[in-house]
Amino acid sequence: MDYIEMHAHMVSRTTDDYTQMALMGCAAITEPAFWAGWDRSTADGFDDYFRQLTEFEPKRAARFGIKHYTWLCLNPKEGEERDLARAVVRRIPKYLDHANVLGIGEIGLNRVTRNEIETFKDHVALALEHNQMILIHTPHLEDKHKGTRAIIQALQSFPNMDPARVSIDHAEEHTIEMILDNGFWTGLTLYPQTKVSVARAVDIIEMHGADRVYVDSACDWGHSVPAAVPRFVMEMRRRGHADSLARQIVWDNPIAFLGQCPKFEPPVSAHAV
Amino acid sequence: MSETSRPKPLPAREAVDEYFIENRHRVLDVAAFLDRLDRSGGDWRSDYRMAALVRAIGVLAEPGAGRAQRIQMIFSDPTVEPKPKLDQKAARGAWDPASEKGA
Ligand SMILES: [Zn+2]
Repeated sequence: MDYIEMHAHMVSRTTDDYTQMALMGCAAITEPAFWAGWDRSTADGFDDYFRQLTEFEPKRAARFGIKHYTWLCLNPKEGEERDLARAVVRRIPKYLDHANVLGIGEIGLNRVTRNEIETFKDHVALALEHNQMILIHTPHLEDKHKGTRAIIQALQSFPNMDPARVSIDHAEEHTIEMILDNGFWTGLTLYPQTKVSVARAVDIIEMHGADRVYVDSACDWGHSVPAAVPRFVMEMRRRGHADSLARQIVWDNPIAFLGQCPKFEPPVSAHAV
Repeated sequence: MSETSRPKPLPAREAVDEYFIENRHRVLDVAAFLDRLDRSGGDWRSDYRMAALVRAIGVLAEPGAGRAQRIQMIFSDPTVEPKPKLDQKAARGAWDPASEKGA
């Protein structure tokens, strides 16, 4: 089944991963800016990374017939450093006109500190000022519930924030309700250990429905699986769900959400009916 | 936007037929992990992560749906106030009640 990978850090993946994803039916990828696994020391380092995301990576993906989009920010893992965050936020606008930039992301919180919240709000203000869509990372593990609540609160402090143009990613059993009830889109991230399994993702769909929900692999340099979205489709079939429902989650919903950005060109599915 | 009615889960008997073996395997893996800790002879029960895990295991035998959500909340930080500053870069999987005292 053709699909759109809503969250993948392809700068950390091999050409072999691109090949496998193309073979599995991946038509487009959206790549949020991420933490490198170590802290970048200067705003210049971010400039290089943003050039990689806007200039180099789309060309790399195109060799496999995959359309590459990106989201820019200083990632929540680095949000504690306020001076660096402010410097990076000042540099982002010059990249926003790039053809593959969908908006600001993945912003959010890591350990839910005061500084992280300020850095998050700086990014939201930047996005709203430039009419950009927003992709949000919610914290890991024990910090997820508290962090998701704090993120929603911070977003709602901006009177002109439209939740329909914001996705709050990495939802799990205990956070999906507050995300959907407040009008946001959400992603279920399929991880081998630290987020949801494909089985739990299907459970969540069974309990909450598929409106404003998509799934993603969030594959990066850590434990993660580029084939996660096709595995989700297999699990949907194993549970006896119609392919039309799986297709809504891995294809139609991503297009509906991303289509709100005029730069997003809906890919053509080989399996379109 | 299309409105989707909630998709139905597999009938119980079919779900058991399909998923029993892999979940039997998971329970044995957890049991063997606890045995391993006992064999090590150390005091693992006072570790906040293991204390949360033991509570979570108790939820498995409770009746009624919502176990996954209840277990998520056992591992979650229940506090509301943001941390004054970054304590560590990575989450550890369970909230440490002792972390509040020092903060
Ligand atoms: Zn990510």
